[in-house]
Amino acid sequence: MTDLPFGISLDVGTSLANKTGSWRVERPVYVDRLPPCNDACPAGENVQRWLYHAEAGHYEQAWRALVEDNPLPAVMGRVCYRPCEGACNRAQLDEAVGINAVERFLGDEALARGWSFEAATRPSGRRVLVVGAGPAGLAATYHLRRLGHAVTLVDGAERPGGMMRYGIPKFRLDRGVLDGEVDRILALGVDLQLGTPVTDLPAAMRDGGFDAAFLAVGAQLAHRAYIPAGDSARVLDAVSFLRDVEGADPPRLGRRVLVYGGGDTAMDAARTARRLGATDAVVVYRRTRERMPAHDVEVQEAAEEGVCMSWLSTIAGIEDGKAVLEEMELDADGFPQPTGRFHDVAADAVVLALGQDTDLSLLATVPDVTVAGRSVQVDGTLMTGHPGVFAGGDIVGPERTVTTAAGAGKRAARAIDAWLAGGTLPQRDRHPLATFDALETWYYADAPKAHRPVLELARRTSTFDEVVGGLDEGTALFEARRCMSCGNCFECDNCFGMCPDNAVIKLEPGQRYRFDYDYCKGCGICVSECPCGAIVMVPEEL
Amino acid sequence: MTTQPVRFYQVGSFAVGNRLLDPDQRTVQADRSRSNALTSGHRACQGCGEALGARYVLDAAMRATGGRLVAVNATGCLEVFTTPYPETSWQVPWLHSLFGNAAAVATGVAAALAVQGRDDVRVVAQAGDGGTVDIGFGCLSGMFERDDDVLFVCYDNEAYMNTGVQRSAATPPAARTATTEAVGPEPGNPFGQGKDLPTLAMAHGVRYVATATVAELHDLEAKVERAMGVRGARYLHVLVPCPLGWGSDPSDTIRVARTAKETGLFPVYEAEGGTVTSVSPIRRRVPVTEYLRLQGRFRHVVGADGTVHRPDIVERLQQMADATVERLGLDRPAFGEGGPAGTGSPRTGEAVGTGNPRTGGPAGEGATP
Repeated sequence: MTDLPFGISLDVGTSLANKTGSWRVERPVYVDRLPPCNDACPAGENVQRWLYHAEAGHYEQAWRALVEDNPLPAVMGRVCYRPCEGACNRAQLDEAVGINAVERFLGDEALARGWSFEAATRPSGRRVLVVGAGPAGLAATYHLRRLGHAVTLVDGAERPGGMMRYGIPKFRLDRGVLDGEVDRILALGVDLQLGTPVTDLPAAMRDGGFDAAFLAVGAQLAHRAYIPAGDSARVLDAVSFLRDVEGADPPRLGRRVLVYGGGDTAMDAARTARRLGATDAVVVYRRTRERMPAHDVEVQEAAEEGVCMSWLSTIAGIEDGKAVLEEMELDADGFPQPTGRFHDVAADAVVLALGQDTDLSLLATVPDVTVAGRSVQVDGTLMTGHPGVFAGGDIVGPERTVTTAAGAGKRAARAIDAWLAGGTLPQRDRHPLATFDALETWYYADAPKAHRPVLELARRTSTFDEVVGGLDEGTALFEARRCMSCGNCFECDNCFGMCPDNAVIKLEPGQRYRFDYDYCKGCGICVSECPCGAIVMVPEEL
Repeated sequence: MTTQPVRFYQVGSFAVGNRLLDPDQRTVQADRSRSNALTSGHRACQGCGEALGARYVLDAAMRATGGRLVAVNATGCLEVFTTPYPETSWQVPWLHSLFGNAAAVATGVAAALAVQGRDDVRVVAQAGDGGTVDIGFGCLSGMFERDDDVLFVCYDNEAYMNTGVQRSAATPPAARTATTEAVGPEPGNPFGQGKDLPTLAMAHGVRYVATATVAELHDLEAKVERAMGVRGARYLHVLVPCPLGWGSDPSDTIRVARTAKETGLFPVYEAEGGTVTSVSPIRRRVPVTEYLRLQGRFRHVVGADGTVHRPDIVERLQQMADATVERLGLDRPAFGEGGPAGTGSPRTGEAVGTGNPRTGGPAGEGATP
C-alpha cells in the first residue's frame, strides 16, 4: 500500500496546514492615528507626513507634501508660534521636535533651489475675487489657483503680504523670504491689483463678473484708549508705527520709549524701538506676566534684547518727556483695579499697542452679512450670510496669527470650490489622536533637540537682521529624524520581525504590511512593540 | 553654530528594521527573504518567546552559513510544538534527539560531516533550559570539554513548560512553579539554588559564550553571526519569556525580556575562552519590581500594579540585580548612545565567577574557574 519506511504511515507535511488563526479572539489591525502636531496645526499641515519625507533626505518631496496645505513654509518657519511643537509627544520623552526649524529649512531650500508650484490641472472657468493680500488671501489665492479657478487678488497697500509685511518686523521675517514666497504664488497666474482697496463689495463683484469672493482684509485699525496727553506729547499707535518702519523714512521715537499693551504687537514695537535707537524700551501692561497675551518666545526674546516690562501699570497721562503711570492690583476675579498710586517715568514717546480692529466698510452694502463685535460671522465652511461671500483671517478670528490665517485661506478655497460646484465641503472624519501612551518609546534613539542659532545680542539691538537663524542641512535632517511618526507606520519592521507566528507580510517599500490572519494567533506583540502606535487589537466576531 | 553629525536614524538600532539604512545593515528578520527556519502553523502558545528566539537564531545562522546548516533539537516545548506528527514547522534539516542528549547527537552529526569532509555544513544544537541545565548537562559538558564544532543554543524559559511548568535549575528564586508553589514563609523557588549555565560554559573554557534576549534582535543576531564564524564548541544562552509559565500577558513577551535586562537580573554579555569580553549595558535602568509585576509567577511578591507584598524578597532580588550590574559593569554608557564610541565596552580581563547571578547565592558559591 505504501513505500514508506516501516512504522511510518504518513508523509511528512508542513505545519502550514495548521491554520492557527482559528485560535484568535482578537485581531490586530493597522490604523493611522492623527499625530498631535497635525491636530494642533492651524493651517492643517500634515506635519508627520512631510517630516517622513525629510527624514529620508527627500527635501523636495517633503516640501511638496508641506505646500499641499500651506504655501508659505519659509514664512511659517519664522513667524509661526508653533502649536505643533507644544503638542509634540516627543516633549514627554526629551524635547519637542523642532518642527518649525525643519519647516524653515524646507522653505529656504525651496527658495534657494527655485522649486515652483505645479500649475492648475485645467481651468474651471470660474472667477473668484480675493480681497486682501495677507496670509489668508494669499493662501486662498494659491489653493483656488491650484483648483483651477481664476483669481483676482486686490489689496489697498502698495505691496502684497499684509501684516506679514506691515505688521511683523524684519528681524522676525526677512523681506526677501516673504517676497520669494509671495512671488511663487503669484507665478501661478494671478490678477494682482495693488493700491486699490475695495470699498463696495457687491459693486466690485458685479463689475468684475466674479462668481464668489473671499474677504481677508485683516485687522488694521489700532484700538485707541483715551489718555490725557499734552500738546507736545509724542503718541503713536503700534500698527502705524510698525507699518511706517517699513517705509523709507522710519519714525523717530527718541531714547526713552513706552509701549502700552501686552500682546505680540507690543513686543514687536518695543523690540523695533530698541533697534531704532531707544536705550530704554519699557512695555507697560496692566496685568501680570501670566495674563499677558504675548507668546512666550516673543517675551523672552524681547527681554534678552533689553526690553523692560512694567507689570500692573497703566498710563494715566502723558506730558512732554514723561508719562504718569498708575499702579494696578488684581482683584479676586483677576481683573486689574486702580490703586491711586502714581509715579512718573521719563518717556520721549508712547506707542499704543492695545489691540486691532477691523475695517469692514466694504460690507456696508451687503445686508446678509452679520458682524458681531470685531468679527464677521461665518458658517462652518467660512461662508458669510451672503451666498458666495466667504471670509477668513483676522476679520473672523478669534485666533489672529499668520498660521491661522493661512489655514483659513485653505479652508475657504476648498469651500468655495465645493460651493462653485454646487455642493458643500464634505466633513472629513478625523482619525483618533495618537497620544503618548499609544507609543512604545523604547525604540526611539535618545536625541536631544538641535537648537537654532541665535543672532548675537549686540547685533539684535542695532540691526534689523533676522534674530533666529536656520538649521544647516545635517542638523535639519537630524531634527526631522527625531520625529516619532506618532500614529503612522514608518516601516520599522517591528511587527514583521517580532511576530512569533510569521503572520505579518511585508509589502514593497512604502506599502507597509499586511496581516496573515490564517496564522495570526492574536498575541498582540505587534501592538505592544509598535513604536508609533499604528496597530490596534479589535475583537473577533465570534 | 553647533552641528551634530547625522549618525542617527530615528529608531537607532533598537527596532527590527530601518528604512533609512542600507538593506545589508538591517537585521535578518527585516529581510523579506529571510529563511523562516521556523514557519507558521506551529502550535506554540500565543506570544511564545521561544518560537521567536528559535527563528531569530536559526535565520541568522542560515544567513551566516549560506543555508548550510543542520539543527539538532532536544525534546521540550520547541520540539513538541513544531513537530506534531506528521507535520513539521522546520524549514531547515532538523533532527529530534532525546531530552538529554542533544549535545551528543550534534557532536555525532558534526563528526559524521567531518568524516565526509563536509566542512561547509555547520551544526546547531538547541534545547530548552531543562534539556540544557538539568537533563542534558552531562552531554553538554562533554561537548564543551571535547571542543566539538557545535553551536549549542539554550532557549531559557526558566522551567519545564510543556509538561506543566515544573521547576528547573534555571528557575529564578521566588518564582512560582507547579513544584515550587507560592506557599510558606519562603514562597516559590528557594534562594541559593540553581545553575548559571553561561558561567559554567565559561568555566569549561568554551571558545565563545554569549547571552542574549529576544528583546534585542541586533545584539542576538550579531552573536549568532559571531558564533558561526568560530570553529569548536560555542554556547549561546537566550532568555525567552513564556507567557504560560511566567503568567505574563502574551503581548508583553518582548517587554518582559527587555525588562529582565534593564533591571540587571539577566545580564547580556559575551565571553571568549572563559573571559567576559563585552557587555550590553543597561540603557534605562529600572527596579526589579518593574520586572516582577509583569509576571504572575511573582504575584505573591509584587502585584500587577506594583504593590509590593514581600519587601524582603524584593530586597533580595534587587541585591542580586545590583550585584550583577556591579560585577559586569552593566551601568556604563553604551556604545553609540550618549557616550563616545567604545566607552563601557569591550571590557577585557574581567574576573568572573565571583557569585552566582542566577540564584542569589553569596559570592564564592557560584562556579569559579
